[in-house]
Amino acid sequence: MNAAPEPTGDGPGPLAEAPQTVVDAVPDGRASAERTVLRLARPYLGRLVGAGLLAAATEFAGLALMATATWLLMSAAGQPPLDRLTVAIVAVRALAISRGVFRYTERLAGHDAVLRMITDVRARVFATLSARRTAVHRSGDVLSRLVSDVEAVQDLLLRVLVPGSAAALVGVLAVAGAALISPPAAGALAVGLLIAGVALPALATAVTRRNAAEVAPLRGALATDAIDLTHGAADLAAFGATDAALHAAEQRATRLARLERGLAATGFAVDAAGVLVAGLTAVAVVLAALAADVPGVLVGVLAVGTLAAVEVALALVSAARQWTQLRPGLTRVAALLDADLPTPPSAAADLPTPPSAVADLPTPAPAVVSANGTGGPGRGGAHELRFAEVTVRYRAGAAPALDRVSLDLPAGRRVAVVGPSGAGKSTLAAVLTGAVRPASGRVTLDGHDLSTYAEEELPRAVGGLLAEAYVFHATVRENLLLGRAGAGEEELVAATAAAGLLEWVRAQPAQWDTLVGEEGGQLSGGQRQRLALARALLAAPPVLVLDEPTEGLDPTAADAVLASALAATPAGHSVLVISHRLSGLAELDEIVVLDGGRVIQRGRHAELVTAPGWYRDQWLLQAAAERGYLALRP
Amino acid sequence: MNRRPFDPRLLRRVPAARRDLAVLALLGVLAAGLIVAQATALAAVLATAVDGRLDRPALAGFAVAVAARSALVWAQGTVSARLAATVKAALRADLLGAVGRHGPGWVAGQRAGQLATLAGRGLDALDAYFTGYLPQLVLSVTVPVAVLARVVFADWGSAVIIALTLPLIPVFGALLGWQAQAATERQWRRLSLLGGHFLDMVAGLPTLRAFGRARAQTEVVRRMADGHRVATMKTLRIAFLSALVLELVATLSVALVAVPVGIRLLGGGLALQTALLVLLLTPEAYLPLRAAGSRFHASMEGLTALDEALTVSATPVAPRAAEGAATPNGRGEIRFESVTVEYERTTALRDVTLTVRPGERIAIIGPSGAGKSTLLGLLLGFVTPTGGRITVDGVDLAAVDPDAWRRQLAWVPQRAHLFAASLADNIRLGAPDTPPDALATAVHDAALDDVVAGLPDGLETLLGERGHGLSSGQRQRVALARAFLRDAPVVLLDEPTARLDTAAEAVVLDATRRLVTGRTALLVAHRPALLADADRILRIEDGRVTELTPEPTGKATR
Repeated sequence: MNAAPEPTGDGPGPLAEAPQTVVDAVPDGRASAERTVLRLARPYLGRLVGAGLLAAATEFAGLALMATATWLLMSAAGQPPLDRLTVAIVAVRALAISRGVFRYTERLAGHDAVLRMITDVRARVFATLSARRTAVHRSGDVLSRLVSDVEAVQDLLLRVLVPGSAAALVGVLAVAGAALISPPAAGALAVGLLIAGVALPALATAVTRRNAAEVAPLRGALATDAIDLTHGAADLAAFGATDAALHAAEQRATRLARLERGLAATGFAVDAAGVLVAGLTAVAVVLAALAADVPGVLVGVLAVGTLAAVEVALALVSAARQWTQLRPGLTRVAALLDADLPTPPSAAADLPTPPSAVADLPTPAPAVVSANGTGGPGRGGAHELRFAEVTVRYRAGAAPALDRVSLDLPAGRRVAVVGPSGAGKSTLAAVLTGAVRPASGRVTLDGHDLSTYAEEELPRAVGGLLAEAYVFHATVRENLLLGRAGAGEEELVAATAAAGLLEWVRAQPAQWDTLVGEEGGQLSGGQRQRLALARALLAAPPVLVLDEPTEGLDPTAADAVLASALAATPAGHSVLVISHRLSGLAELDEIVVLDGGRVIQRGRHAELVTAPGWYRDQWLLQAAAERGYLALRP
Repeated sequence: MNRRPFDPRLLRRVPAARRDLAVLALLGVLAAGLIVAQATALAAVLATAVDGRLDRPALAGFAVAVAARSALVWAQGTVSARLAATVKAALRADLLGAVGRHGPGWVAGQRAGQLATLAGRGLDALDAYFTGYLPQLVLSVTVPVAVLARVVFADWGSAVIIALTLPLIPVFGALLGWQAQAATERQWRRLSLLGGHFLDMVAGLPTLRAFGRARAQTEVVRRMADGHRVATMKTLRIAFLSALVLELVATLSVALVAVPVGIRLLGGGLALQTALLVLLLTPEAYLPLRAAGSRFHASMEGLTALDEALTVSATPVAPRAAEGAATPNGRGEIRFESVTVEYERTTALRDVTLTVRPGERIAIIGPSGAGKSTLLGLLLGFVTPTGGRITVDGVDLAAVDPDAWRRQLAWVPQRAHLFAASLADNIRLGAPDTPPDALATAVHDAALDDVVAGLPDGLETLLGERGHGLSSGQRQRVALARAFLRDAPVVLLDEPTARLDTAAEAVVLDATRRLVTGRTALLVAHRPALLADADRILRIEDGRVTELTPEPTGKATR
C-alpha cells in the first residue's frame, strides 16, 4: 500500500553543473522496464520457468484435490463397491501431500533463481555506475532508493510474474477440464475467470495508480514536515516557531488520514467484487451443468472446482497491485541498465550464459597506453603533467569554468592552486582526474593526452585526496589499503603518522582493525579527513593531488598536517595542493591564483605577498586574523 | 522486539481506535457466520444435484451468502483502512508533539533521523498490519469457533477430531516460529552487513574511481551479493520448511476428518449433505490460522514501527517551569556559577564560572569538541546544567519559561536548518507577521540582496528539502537575517563562518559585525577572522574555560 512513487526533492543545487545521471530519468516506453528485467533473467530462465511450473503445479494440486475429494464423497453416497473408488482415494492422498511439497520446492527454487539474478543486477548496476567517468553527486536518499529499486526487480519476478503466469496456466487447465465434462459450464467458468483474472486486475491497477497519485504528494510533504520538525528542532525552538510548525504538520497528517479513509472504500471494492465473482460463477456453472443434464456427481465437482479456480485467478489482483507499485523502481533500474554498458565479468561460469556475454573484460575507453605498454605510468616513475590553454564549459553559452588555463607540473614540482570559491579550483581537479574533459586546449601526461589513458590507469599516475572523499563501512586498515592494496605495516604507519592519525589508531583497542562505522560515523570530522589524507599519501601517485587537505581541521592542526603531508611525499613526485587557505604554502615552487576560471596571478609565495593583488590582500587578511589567534596562547 | 500480535498500549494512546476495532471484531463474527451459511447452502445444492435436481431455495441462499460475504469483505477492508489512517494520524501527532515537548536537546543527533523516518514513512508500514493482519487475526478466532459449532450439530464425531487437531497449528507454528526467529537472529548481523555493502560501495564510487578501483570492485560487489544470497537462502529454507510442516499438519487433520466420513458414507451411515458440509467446512477451520501466521511476517515492519512510536511518545518529559514564571531581562548580567555539564560518556563543561556584562562581545575559541557549543546550548535552554546554575539579571534560568527567555535571544547556529518553504518564510521564522519593509531591512543587513535578486521568484522562491538550492554561504546569511529580524538584546553565534571560503566569509563577517553592534554577543569562533572585534576572548579546552587577553598584533610568533 506504500510504494507510491516518491517525489525526488532534488532541486537544482549548487552542484547542478555536474551532469545528472540517468537514474532519475523515467522514459516513456511502457513495456521496456519489464523487457529489461526479462533480458537480465535470461541466464536464469530455466530456473524461473521451473519455479513457475512448480507454482502452477501447487495451485493445480489444490484445485484437483478439492474436485477429486468432492467426486469421492458424492460417488460414495451411491454406495458403489470400494474398488471403484480406490484410484480416487490414492489420488486425494497424493494430491494432498504433493501440494505442500510443490509449494515448498517452488518457493525455494523461485527465491534461489531470483536472488541469483539480483546478484547479477547489483553487479551490473555497480559496473554501469562505475563505468561513468563523470563526477556524480547524490544524496543518501537517492542512493538508498537505488537499493530498493534493485529489490523491486526481485518482487516483480516473485510476486508478479511467477504467481501471475501460474494462475493463468491453471485457469486454462481448469477451463479445459470443465469443457471435457460440459462445454456450457466451461463457458460460464471461462467468463468468470476472465473477469477475475483480467478485468479485476486491470481495475485494481487503475485504482492503485490513482490512489498513489493522490496520496503520494501529501505523504512526501509530511515526510518533509517530519524532517523539518526533527532536524530543525533547535532552530524552531530558538525562534519560538515550534508550535506553529507542529500545528501545520498535524493538520497535514489529519488531511492525509481523511484522504486515505476516503480512498479505502474504492480500493476494497475490487476485493469485494472478487468474492462476488467467485460465488456467482459457481452458481452459473451449476445452472449450466444441470441444464445440460450433466451427471449429478460431476455437477458437484464442477461447482467446487469453480470456486477453487476463481480463487486462484484472483491472485492476479494482488499481483497487479504489486506491479503498479513496483513500476517506478523498475523503470529507474531499466533506464540505468539500458545504457547498454559492458557486461560485467560473470563469476558463475557454470551457469548457462548467452553467447553474447563475453567472459573477459571489455574496456569502454580507447586505451592507447596500456599498463604493460611502453609509455604506461608505473608507480614511482617520473611524470610531467601539462595544462595547455585548457578551457572548460559546463553548458554551451555559459561563462567558462576554466578559461585558457596553462600549468606545468614536471616531476618533483610542488604547486598550489588557490582562489575564492567558484574560481574553478574544483573544476581543475576534475579535469586532472579525467572526470571532466576540456572543451578546448590539451591536458597531457608525458606528452600523451589524458583521454588516451585507460580509466583504471590514470589514477595510478594522478590522484590522491579528492573532494568528498568517502570513508567505507570497514576497518581502518581496509580503508587505507584502498590507496595501495599491498601496503605493509611500516607504510601504513608512515602514512597515518604523516596525516596525524597514528596516535588515535594506537589508542584504539582493535588498532588497524577498528571499524569506522557507516560512512565513517564512528569518527569525528577531523579524523575522517585525516584518514582520507592518509589513504591518499599511501597511494602516493607520482602526481599527488590534495584537494582541501586540511578541511575541517583547526588552524594549528591544519598547518602541521599540511607540512607533514608534504614532507612525506617522495622527492621525485609532484604535488598539486588545492586550497582556499593560504597558510603553509610558503615552501611551494609555485602558487597559481584562479579567479573566475582565469589565472590572475602566479609565482612563489614570497613574490606574491609583495605584489599588490588578490593574493596579498587575502594573505594580509588571513595572516592578521591567524596572528591574532595564535598570539592568544596563554 | 515486540512479538505480541496486538499492542494493548494502542487502545490507551489512540482511544478513537476502539470503536473501529469493535466494529472489526463484529464483522469478523459475521464473516464466520457467513462462511458457515455459504457451505451449508452449497452442500444442500450439491446433495440435490446428485439426483439431477435443482434446489432453488438453497442456490438462492448460496447466492445471498456470497453477496453478503462480498459486502463484508468490503466493509472489513474499509474499516481496517480507516482504522489504519486514524491510528497513523494520531501517532504522527503524538510523535511530533513529543519532539516539541522534549525540546531540541532530546532530539539532537541520531534520534532526529530515526524520528523523522518514523513519523514520515515509517508509520505507513502500519497499513499492512491493519488491513492485512488484524482482520485475519480476528477471523482466526471466529471462523474455527463457528465451524466447530456448525459441525457439532451436523456430525459431532468430526467436530471432536477438528477440536483436537486445531491447536496443533498454533503449537507447531510457535515452535517453528521460534526456530526461524533464532536462525534469523543468528544471521542478522551477517545479513545486514552484506545487505549494506552494496549501498556503501555505490555511495563511495567516486572515491573508488579516484583510486582506480571501481572496476575491480565489481567482482567484490558480486561476491558480497552472492554471500547475501547464500545467507538469505539459509534463513528462507527454515521459514519455508515451517510453512510446509504447517500445511501438512492441516492436510493430515482434514484427512483424519474425511476418512471416517467417507467410510460411514459408503456404509450408508451418513447423509451426503452432512458429509459435503463437513468436507467443505473442515479446511476453512485451519485456513485462517495459517493465513494469519504468514501475514504476521509481512506486518512485522508495521508492528516494529508501532512499538517504536508508542515507546517514544510515552517517554516522560522533564518538568518545565510553570506558566507565568519570571522572565529575566536580557539586558542584565549573565552569570555562570560553577556550571558543570555531563553527558552520558563525556563531561562537556567542568565547573565553569563566568560573568558576561551587558553589551560585551565575547569570543569563544578552543579545539572542536571542547564544549563551545554546549556553552551556547546552556543559554538557549537546550542543555541543562548537571551542576551549578546560570542566572540572567539575577534570575535562575532553570526557573524561567524557556520560550519567553528565548525571545530575548538571537541565535546563528553552525548549520542553520532551512525549511522547505519560501525564503521569506525561512527568514520570518517565528515571526510570520513581519511587515515587508522590516523583512527587506533584515535581508539588506544580512547582505542577502544579491542572493534574493538571483532567485527566480525572489523572496517567494520555494526552497527544497533542508534548504536545497542555496550554498552554505547563502544559508549562513539567511540565518543572519533571521537574527537581524529577531532584534534581540543577546546574540549567540556558533561559528557563523565555518565551511565558508574567504570571499563568502568576508561578506558574512561584515553582516555579523553589524549584528553584534550594541548587543551582548557570544561568538564561538573556529576561524580567527571573527576575533578582531571581541572585547574578551575565552578559551575552552577539555571543558575548562580560561580567559585570554588579546595582545596587539606584532608578536607574530608562529
